[in-house]
Amino acid sequence: MALLSKKDTNLILDPLADNNPITIQVLGICSALAITAELKASVVMAVSVIFVMGVGNVVISLMRNVIPSKIRIIAQLIVVATLVIVVDQVLKAFQYELSKTLSVFVGLIITNCIIMGRFEAFALGNGVWRSFLDGIGNALGYGVILIIIGFFRELLGSGTLFGFPVFGDPIAKTGLYSIGYENNGFMIIPPAALIVVGIIIWVQRSMNPALVEEN
Amino acid sequence: MAIDTDKNGYTILFSILMVIVVGSLLAFLASGLSERIKENERFEKQQNILYAMGVNENTPDSGVNFIPTDVVEDKFTERIKSQYVLVNDEVKEDANAFMIDVKKQLAALKAGNEARLPIFVGEKEGKEVYILPMYGKGLWDAIWGFISVDKEMIVQGVYFDHKGETAGLGANIKMRFFMDDFIGESLLDGNSYSGITVSKTNNDPLNEDKEDNEVDAIAGSTITGNGVTSMIKETLKAYKPYLETIRNK
Repeated sequence: MALLSKKDTNLILDPLADNNPITIQVLGICSALAITAELKASVVMAVSVIFVMGVGNVVISLMRNVIPSKIRIIAQLIVVATLVIVVDQVLKAFQYELSKTLSVFVGLIITNCIIMGRFEAFALGNGVWRSFLDGIGNALGYGVILIIIGFFRELLGSGTLFGFPVFGDPIAKTGLYSIGYENNGFMIIPPAALIVVGIIIWVQRSMNPALVEEN
Repeated sequence: MAIDTDKNGYTILFSILMVIVVGSLLAFLASGLSERIKENERFEKQQNILYAMGVNENTPDSGVNFIPTDVVEDKFTERIKSQYVLVNDEVKEDANAFMIDVKKQLAALKAGNEARLPIFVGEKEGKEVYILPMYGKGLWDAIWGFISVDKEMIVQGVYFDHKGETAGLGANIKMRFFMDDFIGESLLDGNSYSGITVSKTNNDPLNEDKEDNEVDAIAGSTITGNGVTSMIKETLKAYKPYLETIRNK
């Protein structure tokens, strides 16, 4: 017996491409703008969201029959907030360096609309295993876009990847900089992320015209 | 039997239960871990203070490398000769000065109340260096750090940190290329405590001019840079009485 049925596989694969949370559902844009100036931050955020979404979807799915519908949003919010704070505290105690890198993202994870969106749209109505896969799939779809944006913004904006210089030294004018290349400071500021997202959406829709909405 | 989750009574019961469960979980976790977290914070502070006086594991091309946490406590007691607090222009010895929350003390000072400002005296290559904590505002949130000077008010090293400056821009104040620029600059301009300005117009990206009281700003992070400038100025203002005494030593 296969571990994942075809339906289950789609739960993971769909959000990576044809139902991507950022480029198709246009969710989670704010964090995609805020933290993608560096590739490292993008990767950290992607990993954190994968964890929170996976566990969060499981918890919500377990609780789906007992959560009163009137206060379900608050209940979801409390679940995410608790999860994130628990992780933050444990990291602070045992992995202090890592927790310092992550602390900036704690608030951003709690308010990430993809997380709330998946709780509301999927975990509240589906079983635990399927919810887990859906959470991981959507978080992966989000993470992939984040990493693509981070890659281009750091490369073109600072000339580095993960902090390592790729094109040479811009101050001492070595490598590419010796022939007049300049880093594009615009790539580091948030509007550039919007433009990169726009280009990704454009490329994705021209490759698959079925995604284009009809008016 | 299915529960009627739409009833008001159930909703209230559910909220109460959830608050109790989540609240006690978090309280349990916070009190259980607080000791370890406090210890980590203490090590970090010691690492930062040592870093600012140039005691670190940096190699010429490396990033910021602190003294490892497992030895930092010993190194701290070895290199920091004495700790003082500055209260009402008077200096008193205090072995735990490094645990003082500078943010609160500077706020008290601004409000005109009594403030206890920590000072650390370390030894580097046979001479005394004086390390002062700093605290200020960046673009989004707090910035802080330490600055070490010798008797002539020449900067021996700095350490900056921040809570939430923009990644890739203002957040770079804690990178070596920025912090290293401060080394060798003077806090004095003639006889006045002018500090060091993070300047966008000094035309000196390699920071070869150590006499200008200026370091090169990071492009795109004007407000964080101005925050650093005014943080240094504020620190100098607060510590001026003490700095006067070391200069006249």
